[in-house]
Formats: sequence, structure tokens, C-alpha cells
Amino acid sequence: MATYIVRRILWGIALLILVSAITFVFFNVFPSADPAQLRAGRNASPQIIAYIRHELGLDKSLPVQFWVYMKNIFLHFNFGYSFYTGASVLSLITNRLPATLSLAVGAAVIWLAMGIPVGILSAVRSGSFLDRTAMGIALVFVSMPVFWLGLVVLFLFADDIGRFHVFPGANTYVGLTVSPWHWFTSLIMPWFVLAATSAAVYSRVLRGSLIEAMGEDYIRTARAKGLRERRVIFRHGVRSAITPVVTIFGLDLGALLGGAVITETVFNIPGIGRLNLDAINHSDFPIVQGTVILATLFIVVANIVVDIAYAYLDPRVRYS
Amino acid sequence: MTTATETAEGAVDSVGQPLLSVEDLRVSFHTDDGIVHAVDGISYALQAGKTLGIVGESGSGKTVSSLTTLGLTRSKRSRISGRIMFQGEDIVAMDDSHLRRVRGNDVSMIFQDPLSALHPFYKVGVQLVEAMQVHRSISKSAARRRSAELLELVGIPDPKRRVDQYPHEFSGGMRQRAMIAMALANEPKLLIADEPTTALDVTVQAQILALLQDLQQRLGTAIIIITHDLGVVAEIADDICVMYAGRIVERGSTEDIFNAPQHPYTWGLLSSIPRLDSPRDEELVPISGRPPSLINRPSGCHFHPRCPYVRDAHRRVDPKLTPVDGSSEHAVACSLESSVRARIWDGIRTGRDAESLVRIAAASPEPEVPAAALEAPESEGTDIEPSEEGVVESERHGEQHLFTQPVDEVDHRLERNEHTGEVITGPEDT
Repeated sequence: MATYIVRRILWGIALLILVSAITFVFFNVFPSADPAQLRAGRNASPQIIAYIRHELGLDKSLPVQFWVYMKNIFLHFNFGYSFYTGASVLSLITNRLPATLSLAVGAAVIWLAMGIPVGILSAVRSGSFLDRTAMGIALVFVSMPVFWLGLVVLFLFADDIGRFHVFPGANTYVGLTVSPWHWFTSLIMPWFVLAATSAAVYSRVLRGSLIEAMGEDYIRTARAKGLRERRVIFRHGVRSAITPVVTIFGLDLGALLGGAVITETVFNIPGIGRLNLDAINHSDFPIVQGTVILATLFIVVANIVVDIAYAYLDPRVRYS
Repeated sequence: MTTATETAEGAVDSVGQPLLSVEDLRVSFHTDDGIVHAVDGISYALQAGKTLGIVGESGSGKTVSSLTTLGLTRSKRSRISGRIMFQGEDIVAMDDSHLRRVRGNDVSMIFQDPLSALHPFYKVGVQLVEAMQVHRSISKSAARRRSAELLELVGIPDPKRRVDQYPHEFSGGMRQRAMIAMALANEPKLLIADEPTTALDVTVQAQILALLQDLQQRLGTAIIIITHDLGVVAEIADDICVMYAGRIVERGSTEDIFNAPQHPYTWGLLSSIPRLDSPRDEELVPISGRPPSLINRPSGCHFHPRCPYVRDAHRRVDPKLTPVDGSSEHAVACSLESSVRARIWDGIRTGRDAESLVRIAAASPEPEVPAAALEAPESEGTDIEPSEEGVVESERHGEQHLFTQPVDEVDHRLERNEHTGEVITGPEDT
């Protein structure tokens, strides 16, 4: 198991370097504005632009630029500086991470709290009115795009532009340490919007996998032992049915931590997703590169965690 | 239908009551294709400490009848009637919480495939402990100790290490032993074994059967063993019920069934057992055709579409289970006269050719057809095969059959028959 994890981590690092290289190539091959010119401002003389280009290291050959970049990351944990503002990419990311973390973790709690009970109830009462209604609603939520749902919710419930003035609207996010109450209320709508699709997907996945599990022979054995139906469902059915949910949960959360671009944009939350989007608009390559590496890192880590969790959940995996 | 067994000699214990007595049990399932009559009025009785074999093909209702004994066929889509008297109480009428106290405690069950019947995510010991703690207040450590003892009892070596292993670390035979250990955890009075050896290697099969016999002698547990293979029950059953299309078509002591079988279906089952003492070039004779639909059952005798000795009247007259001459416990449901049956069985045993046997039947008198039965339409049943779970799979004519059970005895017979090169044609096809 230990060697397996070490191998996975090494592969993860290799993947990070590969993704950095691809981002680097994309940025330099596809047309974008000249970073040196952007930094120099309007009416700058060619000498100043050339000087800035030299300062940013953009006059070196591409392989050298990439080598320097990688060397700085691995030796000094330095992700470079914004072309646009000159701020350290690492400090920008660490400033933005709490907002993304708040959004992703809160939404995850909500979609698990909604998706799992609905999935179990639907499976146990499969075919009933309750099941049909729940799955119908789930289908609606799966079909709604986040940017659309986000705007609808804002137009309905935001306390500035909303039809009903219930929750703080867009651009109201404050840090948890600044004001826990405002942090909480400002995130209620983004949380639910971000959680809606996943809650629906999870309830459908769990329902399907639990219905399948309840048809297994070992469920018949559990009933033949004289166990209460509740115990049969939870200890024997859900225990097996939950594994696919754990897999998608790990991957979903990993992907979200890299920045929920759409939700952060709709609600104007200063998270990683917004940072990335703004950087792309400004051709601010070091920030793009930094956020992409961060997102990749989360996904790689999520994959490894899921694999370890899987081995913990399913003993058959451990030995094969 | 119950009289034959109830009045049988020796069929009464000290209190005068059998341990289990099933009376006119009927189980049907409502499916999208119609009502599946899985069990259609069966009755039998079992004395404490005795072994009953229930034999039949897939879809004969043998598994459904035994699952019903544990109340495991209860659902919105099933209808259950009749009585299952166990220790003076009717299991059919029991409420769910009362039923739970019987399950795994007084009556327990082992299943065909021990790998899928054990939970893959829990250690064997944990599953044994759970079985004990449902029914008795026993500390976890005491239950663990007893788990190891039980594993030892069923012949698993190094039981203290084995309790902490998962089912997938056990071999097939070991898993079935672990299932048996779990079933015996609360010292049940009745153990139902549903095809306990079908998924196992032949040598392991023999070991498991020997284990069941040994445990029965030591613990005094009554056993119902369900199988498609008469060979399995030959050694261990005291009595045998042969089931076909949801009914018992022949019932008797093991000696009766093997020495003087009465029903053409029983003859078919006996002819399809490979025997070590018979000449190697002797062909195994499969039963032609396949089990009938349990939704639209054949008219008259349900076996008539597959019976080589069928007469016209058999398609209209539904034979009742009646005692065989000179025996109080041997009963059969067949429209052929008993003297004719005796001649045909003699012929089969002495290896006479099949055609001359059919001629014996053809020359025999036909049963009288009641006026009411003359009005009823003749039917060979439809081409739908309900599985043992009551799931119905429609099929178009000439298409390959879909079975829900991976191990299907009918398929085996067809395969075996291909090896001998014999062409399979049922009487209904000729």
C-alpha cells in the first residue's frame, strides 16, 4: 500500500510538470497580448518595453523561460509575479483560497446532506410517488446550468435586485474571520446554487447503486439472519452502495477547490476561479500558470485520496 | 393433500406435532406480464431432526416455497396463502417483528452461492457476531470466541485467524462452511439449504453434504435441502418431494423415490443423474423440453407437454396427489394407471427402448374426462419462462433463452446432450 501511494505521488508530480508545460506552450503559441507592453502602459517607448521584457525574463528562449520557472517553483517555492501588478502569485493565491474553500466545502456539505438521504429514500421506496417526485426534481436540477440558476436565484432572492429581499446578493462576500455572520449569509445562495446539480446527481447515483445493492444475495442473507430492515438497509445496503458516491465526491471536491469559476463570477466572490478568469483577460501568465497548477494539484490529491479511501471502503481492493 | 404425510407411520414425534408442517401453500407474484403462480398448493411435513429433500428444475417453485418459510417472499407484489406451521405457529400469518425473531434463530437458511451470499465488506467473524447479537444478548468478545468455535465446528482450520478474514480470502468450500457456521450460530431447529452445493466443485460438494449430515447428527437440526439433483439428496434425505410447475408431483421416502418412482418427471430426473456404477457408454437421458410458463400453465397435467407417455385425456385432466397403492406416505400426481407406471419404470430400469415404453402407455386406458374439463380449452402453456425470483423474461420464438440464474440445470442438460450428439426434441415438437 505504501509503495503504491509513493508511486501515485511521483506520478502526480510528473503530471503537474506536464500540465505546466502544456499551459506554458498554450500561452506562448496562441495569440495573446504582449505582457511587457501591458505592464509598460500607454505610450511607452520601445526602450522601456524592451527593458521590462528583459526584467520579466521574456527575452530568453522559451525552454529557458520554462526551466527558470520550474526551478523557482521547486527550489524556492516561488510561483513568479503578476505581469500586471507585480504581486507575488503565491500570495495572491493564498489570499483568494479561503473564499473558494468556503464556497466549495459549504456547497459540498449541502449537496451531501440533500443528495444522500434523498437517494436512500428513493431507493428504498423505489417506484413510489415519493421516489418519482424526488427523481423528477433531481432531473430538473441536473438540467439547469449554474450561471442561469445563479442569476435566477439572484433575481428572486437578492436583497438588492431580488423580487423578494431575503439574502445578501452578489459582491457581498466577506471573510469568515472578518464577520462570521455576514460570511455565512453572503454564501447561502452561492452554496445552494453550486450544490443543486451535485445534490441531484448524487441522489440519482446513490439511488441506482442502492437499488442494485438491495437486490444482492447478501441482503437476502442479512434478512434471513433476522436483522431489522433499517439495519439491513444501512449496515448492509448503503455500506456497499456508498462507494461510487465517495469516488465522485472526491473528484468533484478536488475540481471545485481549483476554483468554481462560474459561481464565483455570478456572485462576484473573490476566489481562485475569479483570479484565474481575470488573469486570462489580462494575459497575466504567471497567475494563469499558478492557478492551473493549483487546480491540477487539487485534482491529483483528490484522486490519491479517493484511491486510499476506496481501499479502506472495499477490502477486496486492498489485496488485489 | 396433506393426509398422506400426516397419517404416515412414524411421522409423529413425542408431542404428536411435526416441527414444520406446510399446508396448501400458495405463492404468486404479480408481474407486468401476468400473475406468476410460483407455488401452487403444496403440503408437506417435517419431523424434528429429519431431512427433507425438495427436488425440481429451475422455476419449479422449490426456492420460492422455502424462502416463504422464512417470510422472505413477502412484498407488495406477492400473494401468499395457506399455512406454514412451525412449532405451533403460522409463519404466513406472523407479523414482521415476530417473524424476525424466528429468522436466523429457529429457522436459518444457506444459499446457493456463498460468495455473493456473504457481505464482501465485512469480516467473516463480524458477520457471525452480528448473526448472534441479533437474537441474544451476548458480549462482543464472547460472540467472537463463539464465532471461532463455530468455524472450527464446520471444519475450518485455524479458525482464530480466519474470523478476521474477509469472504474473498476464503475458498468456495470454506465460504459455504462459513455460511453454515453462521446459519448454526443460534442453534436453529430447522436449517434450509437452497442448492448448497451447486456452485461448488464436485469433491467439495461431497464434503459439504457430509458436513451437513454430521452436524445434523450432532445438533439434531432438521434440514430441508433444495436441489435440482436427485443425486445430492440420495445420501442425506429421509423423505423427498419432487416439485414441478409449483406443485409436488411425487412425494415419498428416499427409498420409495429411488426404488419405485412413480412420476414420469421423477424418472426423467433419475435418468439424468450420472452414476459411477453404470456402464461408461450409457447415455444420460435429459428431460426434453423446458419448464413451463408459470403464468399461462399447461392445461390438465402441467407436465403433459414434456411427458413421453402423454395420452389425450391428460391434456384435460389435472391429476391430484394421491397415495400409491400399498403405501401410506408415497404419493404421486399422475393420470397413468399405477400398473402401467410400474411396467414403464421396469422397462426404463432394464434398458428397454423408449418407443416400446411409449407403446405401453398408448395401450393403457385413458382417465375419464369430467364434463367440465371438456369445455376448458387445451393449452401447452405460453412460451414464457418465469425465473425463480418471479422475474419474467419474454422471448420471441426461436430465440435463445435468457436465464436469470447463472447456473442453470436445464442448460447443463442441454450441453451434456450435445456431447452425446443426441438431438433434443420434445414430444411437442415432433
